[in-house]
Order: sequence, then structure tokens, then C-alpha cells
Amino acid sequence: MALPPTPVRQAPGVWADRVFGWLARGAAGLTLLLLAGILLTLLIGAWPAIEKYGLGFLTRALWDPGQNEFGALAMIYGTLATSLIALVIAVPVSFGIALFLTELSPVWLKRPLGTAIELLAAVPSIVYGMWGLLVFGPILAIYVQQPLQNLFGATPGLGVLFTGPPVGIGILSAGIILAIMIIPFISAVMRDVFEVTPALLKESAYGLGSTTWEVVWKVVLPYTKAGVIGGVMLGLGRALGETMAVTFVIGNMSQLDSPSLFQAANSITSALANEFAESGGGLHEASLLYLGLVLFFITFVVLAFSKWLLMRLQRREGGRT
Amino acid sequence: MSLILRDDVAARRFAARRRINRLALTLALVAMAFGVFWLIWILWETLRLGLGGLALSTLTQMTPPPNEEGGLANAIFGSFVMVAIATFIGAPIGVMSGIYLAEYDKGWLASATRFVNDILLSAPSIVIGLFIYTLAVKRFHTFSAIAGALALALLVIPVVIRTTEDMLRLIPAGQREAAYALGTPKWKVILQITLRAARAGVITGILLAVARIAGETAPLLFTALNNQFWSADLGAPMANLPVTIFKFAMSPYENWQQLAWAGVFLITLAVLLLNIAARWITREKR
Repeated sequence: MALPPTPVRQAPGVWADRVFGWLARGAAGLTLLLLAGILLTLLIGAWPAIEKYGLGFLTRALWDPGQNEFGALAMIYGTLATSLIALVIAVPVSFGIALFLTELSPVWLKRPLGTAIELLAAVPSIVYGMWGLLVFGPILAIYVQQPLQNLFGATPGLGVLFTGPPVGIGILSAGIILAIMIIPFISAVMRDVFEVTPALLKESAYGLGSTTWEVVWKVVLPYTKAGVIGGVMLGLGRALGETMAVTFVIGNMSQLDSPSLFQAANSITSALANEFAESGGGLHEASLLYLGLVLFFITFVVLAFSKWLLMRLQRREGGRT
Repeated sequence: MSLILRDDVAARRFAARRRINRLALTLALVAMAFGVFWLIWILWETLRLGLGGLALSTLTQMTPPPNEEGGLANAIFGSFVMVAIATFIGAPIGVMSGIYLAEYDKGWLASATRFVNDILLSAPSIVIGLFIYTLAVKRFHTFSAIAGALALALLVIPVVIRTTEDMLRLIPAGQREAAYALGTPKWKVILQITLRAARAGVITGILLAVARIAGETAPLLFTALNNQFWSADLGAPMANLPVTIFKFAMSPYENWQQLAWAGVFLITLAVLLLNIAARWITREKR
């Protein structure tokens, strides 16, 4: 007697499985679409300005909403100058912090100090901005800007950097505030990549009689080069796109007349923050959207480069261990 | 003779190397102190000036005209509403995408999403504001709370995706395999085994995302705008703390600046508490 055939039972939840899979895929696809959507809407919104000025927009210095004439050079200069100052200050300091946290700090201090630096990254940028405008700016004016002006004001060439009213507002202040803001980002990445250096490499160098500094400078840093640059690029990306901290202290004046660091200026983000809500459509709005597109493009390139460098380090790390 | 001389040179070089070492390490210590110094200074000023401007009326009264008594009640309410909506929209999308990256991970879609997500994570938030402006505000011809919440939701997504993926990847493969071996369908494995095991980490990610958007100003400037009055209408401009702080801090009026400090204090407090809570949740897990 043959056994009755066992009924083929469908695995439970096949449909649920399929639906769930599509939901997950859809959510991921949505994220991908987001980037395309941002680019596309900015491009469409900026089209009147792109049509009128073309790429020449980037090198036109004139920005005059009253006469309906627009050019991005002053804002691009402001964005690049403040970010450059921020990097010049933040990179060495972040390197020092990472060095301290990985090689010097006693173990019981590592965690609290690391947490403190990470909390500095969590403080909203508007707090930095307001603190910069109302607390830090006046102090900077009295104790840094005025002495600098007295010291170098008469020096030909150099003096021109320190002309203008020393009121604690302008490119220098914005750069310093940005530096304080990006130090936590850069030092966190540097600390993480320093920690992936194989202990064997470091111990070999110590065994040959290297000092701590020599180990960091000649072994750890070359090994983690790509990651360190990636971290710096990440910080740069943050600095370029930061809005509130800059808008508070940069002075919001679209000008290119003076190369002075004390002069009020405008960055792409501060121009957007101040003018966009009141631009009332037309060419002004299109030009501001064009500025936004330029900003997005610059940060995209910088961040993609950073990501690529960090990925390279990760891959190498995976290959060696 | 020459041997002694060589020794002498070596000793001098050794001393020089030690000097450089000591100098570098001292500078590292200075850099660390420099970093902590700003944190303490900023927190101290926020605490001092914020507590000075804080009163019960700050929490109960509306934002005032210049030089009149008032509080921040409508702004606090507005911020709360928009952050809540943004989290409810952004967190599920973020968690689902994170699940896709960690559990389905194959092909170009996963790697492309991961790459794009890392860029969105650091993309300028003001550009997100521009995006929502052209998408929602311009189309419906009005600034609105829902547009503000949407802009914030777009900032929640990348943070949640990143932490969800990282946390799901920490779950040992053995747990998944054991569940599959019992014939559990994939969706059930994910929802009831891996996601449940990674729960603390995922919640941490959501808390960090909330902390991030609580203080975001730039994306609200031309989406939610601001409102001087109490409004619960999602289709109209809504008051919110960050934009109110921006407006009040830039003004020359004494009472507005005081309220701005009180607002900054409240936001910083909320953000730091959220961060500490997020850390605490994952630490307990370990």
C-alpha cells in the first residue's frame, strides 16, 4: 500500500517575504532618488540664471539684487576663504588631539575626553553662531584684531590683510568659528584611523628605539595617510556647507573690494540664508538656486573624494589582516 | 678618539630626538586642552546667559514684539511638532533602507545607496531646504510646517540608515542561520531576530538623528519660515526655536537677545541629553 502523497506545503509567508523585500528595496531606492531629485530640482530652479550667465556666473563679481545683476565670485571667495582658514587652524589641532588620544592619554581619560570631543560635534551650529557673534566676536576684536592691526597695519603687503574695522565680524571670525566646529569631526576620524594601525608595526618601530613622535610621524601617519586626508576632506565638506555659524559672524556683505580678513563678506550659505526667503521669484531666486547648485556640486566632489580615500584605507586594512 | 667623537655625535642626536619628541607631545597636550577649552567655554556661556534669560514665562508665553514681555511657548511647540513628524517620516524609511543594506546587500543598488547615503550624511542642510522649497513651498505657494518637517525628515534618513546598517551587521550570522534552519521566513528573521537583537543600536541612531535635527536652522529658514503666534496648522508657517533664535539674536533688542539665549540653552540641553541617552542605551547593551 502506497503512502498517500504528502501535500506540498508552501513555505509560510512567501508573500510577506516578497512584500517586505520590495519595501526595503524601495526605501533604499528612495534614498538614491533623493540625490538625483536634489540635483534635478536645483537645476530646473536655477535654469533662468544658468541660461543668462552660463558658467561665467562663477567669475562675475557683481551681485546687485537692486539692478537684477548677479554673479557668484564674491560668495565663492567668502566660502573658500573661511573654509581655508578653518582648515589651517583645525588640521594641526585635530592631529594633536588624535595623537593625544591614541598615544598619550592614560586609559581612564581616553573615554571621557573622546566623549567630550564628540559632544562638541553634537552642539547645534546655531549655538556656535550666536556665541561667536555675542561672546567671541567682541573678545576677538579687542585681544586679537586690534593688536594685529597695530603690529602689522603699517607693514606693506601684509598690512592690507588687517585693514578694516576690527569689530569681530568678518572672514577671520567666521573661519575661526568654523575651525572650532570641524575640529571634532576631523579629530574623530583621525583617532579612528590611527587606531587601525597594526600594533606590530608600531612595536617594531619602538623596538628599534624610535620616540613616540617618530612612531606617529614616520609609521602611523604614512600608514593611515589616505584615511587622514579623508578625514580632512570630511571636515572641509562640513565647513563649506555650514550655514548658521557663518551667517551670524561673517557680516553679510557681498563685496570683493578688500582682501582684508577683518572685512565683512558673504559666503554662499550666508547669502542663501539671508536673501532666499525674500527673493520673491525671478532672476534673483534663480541665481540663489544656482549658488546652491554650485555649493552642492563642490561639497559633493569633496565628500566623494573623502569617502573614496576612507574606503581605500578600509580595503587595505581588510586585505592585511 | 674618533670613536668617542662618534659617541658624542650619537648622544647629541639622541638628545635632539628626545627634545623633538617632548615638544611634539607637549603640543599634542596643548591641542587637546584647546579642544576641551572651547567646549567648556561655549557650554559655560550658554548656561550662564541661558539661565539668566530663562523664566517660567519663557515656557508659557508667546514670542513677544520688541521690548515687551514674552516667552517662547509657540516656538517650542512648533519645534516639537516638526521634529516629531520628521522622525515619524524619516525613521521608518531609514530603518528599512538600513535593513536592505545589511540584510539584502547585493548588486549595485546597495553599494550605490551606501555611497550616496554617506554623502547625504554630510551634505549642506541648507541645500535640503532649497530642495523642499522648490518641491513643496513653491508649488503650493505657502511656507508650511509640513514642508519644514519634510526637510528635517530628509536629514533624519541618512543618520538612521547608517546606524541601522552598522548595528545589524554586528549581529552574529549564527543567529540568522539558526532561525533560517527552523524554516523561518526572511521577513520574520529580520523583524523578530536581527532587528530585535539590534534594537538598542537602532534606537540610538534614531535618538542621534533627533538630536541632529532639533538644532537645525538652515533647512527651516525657507520651508517652515517662522510665526509670531501660536499655530497648530500644518499648512501654514509655524514658529520654531532655531529660526526664532536666529531672528532674535541678530536683533538689537535686549529682551529678544535674552530670549534667544534662553532658547539656545534649551536646545543645547535637549541635544546633549539626547546624545547622552543614546550613549547610555548602547553602553548598557555591552
